[in-house]
Amino acid sequence: MELDKLGVVTSFVHNIVVYNIPLLYGTVGEIVVEKSGSLNLGVEGIMAVGAIFGYICGCYANSLGVGIAVAFLAGALCGLLFAALTVSLQANQNITGLTLTTFGLGVYFFVGNGLKAKGWPVMGDYANIKAGFSDLPIPVLSDIPLIGQGLFSHNLLVYLGIFIAFVMWWYLNRTTPGLKLRAVGENPGAADSVGINVKRMKYLHICLGCGIMGIGGYYMGLNMSGSFNSSCWINGYGWIAVALVIFANWNPAFAIIGTFVFGFFNTLRVSGSSLAAAFPGVLGWLAAVPTQLYQALPFLITAIVLVASSVRNKQGSGLPASLGLNYFREER
Amino acid sequence: MAQEYAIELKGITKTFGSVVANNNIDLNVRPGEILALLGENGSGKTTLMNMLSGIYKPDRGQIFVDGKEVTIDSPEDSKRLGIGMVHQHFKLVDVFSAADNIWMGREKSGMLLKKERYAEIEEMAKKFGFDIDPKKKVYNMAVSEKQTLEIIKVLYYGAKVIILDEPTAVLTVQEINKLFQILRRMKEEGHSIIIITHKLNEVMEISDRVAILRKGEYITTVNTSQTNEQALTEWMVGHKVDLNIQRAPMYKTRPLLEVRDVTIRSDEGAVAIDNVSFYIRGGEILGVAGIAGCGQKELCEAIAGLRPIEKGEMIHKGENIVGLPPRAILEKGISMSFIPEDRLGMGLAPSMSITDNMILKKYANSRGPFVDRKTGRKDAEQVIRDLGVVTPSTETPVRRLSGGNVQKVLLGREIKAGPNVIITAYPVRGLDINSSYAIYNILNDQKQDGVGILFVGEDLDVMIDLCDKILVLCHGKVMGVVHAHKTTKEELGLMMTGALDLTHKYEDKPAGFARDSRFCTENRKEEA
Repeated sequence: MELDKLGVVTSFVHNIVVYNIPLLYGTVGEIVVEKSGSLNLGVEGIMAVGAIFGYICGCYANSLGVGIAVAFLAGALCGLLFAALTVSLQANQNITGLTLTTFGLGVYFFVGNGLKAKGWPVMGDYANIKAGFSDLPIPVLSDIPLIGQGLFSHNLLVYLGIFIAFVMWWYLNRTTPGLKLRAVGENPGAADSVGINVKRMKYLHICLGCGIMGIGGYYMGLNMSGSFNSSCWINGYGWIAVALVIFANWNPAFAIIGTFVFGFFNTLRVSGSSLAAAFPGVLGWLAAVPTQLYQALPFLITAIVLVASSVRNKQGSGLPASLGLNYFREER
Repeated sequence: MAQEYAIELKGITKTFGSVVANNNIDLNVRPGEILALLGENGSGKTTLMNMLSGIYKPDRGQIFVDGKEVTIDSPEDSKRLGIGMVHQHFKLVDVFSAADNIWMGREKSGMLLKKERYAEIEEMAKKFGFDIDPKKKVYNMAVSEKQTLEIIKVLYYGAKVIILDEPTAVLTVQEINKLFQILRRMKEEGHSIIIITHKLNEVMEISDRVAILRKGEYITTVNTSQTNEQALTEWMVGHKVDLNIQRAPMYKTRPLLEVRDVTIRSDEGAVAIDNVSFYIRGGEILGVAGIAGCGQKELCEAIAGLRPIEKGEMIHKGENIVGLPPRAILEKGISMSFIPEDRLGMGLAPSMSITDNMILKKYANSRGPFVDRKTGRKDAEQVIRDLGVVTPSTETPVRRLSGGNVQKVLLGREIKAGPNVIITAYPVRGLDINSSYAIYNILNDQKQDGVGILFVGEDLDVMIDLCDKILVLCHGKVMGVVHAHKTTKEELGLMMTGALDLTHKYEDKPAGFARDSRFCTENRKEEA
């Protein structure tokens, strides 16, 4: 029995990572977008578009790499649309983002339902995808008892997501283009006056960030084994990502922590009952907690973090000062 | 061969919609000279310079740099041509360090952000003769430090022509002198400098030549040594202007507002006003002089009830007003208009119309759930008429008005309420001569109606002419109250820096205590 209990803990930890990595992609992508001063509320839709095209193309090519690339490109294309509307045509960012959510979900169901009528690609039929999405244990680390299997034995996309988060942290804080990007997000007028091409910076990073979100969507499709039904694969994760950006204080490295904090409660909702069954003495009460409470908890934490970060002095906040404001050089 | 002109503009025209901001303007600046660009608010000075800095593109006309015709499509082009502009509203990223603000515009800066950049920037600043802390964040900097950083920035990018847009508007006398030293040194090193200003004494002091614009038209360029302030004013305004302020003599009432032993803390918790006493009589203007940030803002806010006072008393017509809510203080007839450095920050809602801004102060008087727009509009019309506000309509958002008109609306609204004490801080900040005199006249009219006015000002010449008495603050402490017609600029300057303390000038009377005080004698005994 003792081993079984350990197994429950291990799979609990494993699930925290596996089911919530898409949040990390969404959050890191949105951080990159927001650091350019653009508030993109279309994460949900962009992840959906990345998911559907990534999944279909990946299956047809029978290659995980193609899937990732297509998901990235599909997301980036959505970003291009967002950038064209808000940067070049000066459309309101909030409304454009919300529209993009509706648009993305529409594309998702249009393509998905259309293809379902003609023959849906089943993930199990594509050996390379299945193999690519299976766990790759990290030697030595994964042998650590209790948590080794939970933390250090995951599929390629989990490692990629964490890698991207660290790379983006490094890019924003330790490179010159990152400095210029932050300048654009803080004060585009100042950036413009020293010769930084504000439009190009915004376009590039909106596309980059949205591409990263697209990969996150693709992950969600794969994690659902590609079974297409009436509810979207993304299932509100895009919205949680928008909140996580604030939780992470616009820091891609903190986004990893944020993802796992949210993930913890998310996983309690799903596997709280199995924990309760394994440890009836200590955690038995978990079974009595209504699942709706777990669903609400991440948002409660966001609210607390929001209050805490508003108490913290303004300078410590990573909030880009010009977030949500369009830049027009000749505005007086 | 050296060209005669570093920059030459020919026939520059720029329109915004139907408004002609610049019409057929010719302008040139020689290498190694300081050219003052003079003109009233809205005469198109900044617009013209923004075409050199790449913010705007001219509709017509030619720009020559070192004799070669160029087109400037972006700030990047401008930078490459060796033109640098220090904007009136600094273009700095607040959360960045000094070094990063410079580094972000550096070309070929490499991929990695290295620690060495701090040393490099510091060294470069030293080479230009500046001492800066490269790691200091902009939000921790005083206004003059930010300006210095802007100047270092344009020098670092290799600017040969440096444009400064109203650089002295937010500086103290001492800081202005320092800035002028820097400008003279840059001139000696062969830089061309264009300085936008409407302070005539500064033009006379610093410039070699003066170019004058009026309502978007180019008027003339003259050698500074061959002109005088009167002539410049006439070119600038287009008609003769009397440069004297009439100090109307007035019968003075008993003290209206008495402030006694007041101590106030700033937002950061430091003592901003330290044991200050003064009083204002009806029918007099009491000036408050002091270096920027010496507690002026905190004092104004405390009187208006927006900031708690730590100790002391404030008596209005014999009644204590300490601890009263702002509205109650307002109803007693004490009104405050504070013009902050960014001019729109306090008092008016920039994107709301003049009417709405009038209503803001009176909405509590309207009955029922609906706002009384009719009265508001009538008030707006009256202010526009009485003070000569230039605006398309009463429904124009305030931010679309020029600076002088915004300030007139603010003062007009305060006066409309019929106050008996007016607290006004920097009411002419950034205004041209005509608008400034309009404001002085408004204040003088109020004074003649028996209103007591606290005038927090910057320009000592004006204060000596306008005020009856001047209270000098130095780091929150009173350095004395002097009669304006008996004092000199030098004496005030010494007091402002704390070198001269006149608080014990009269042995029988402590400074700031009125002989005919309305403090009750019982109160005094308790104090003792």
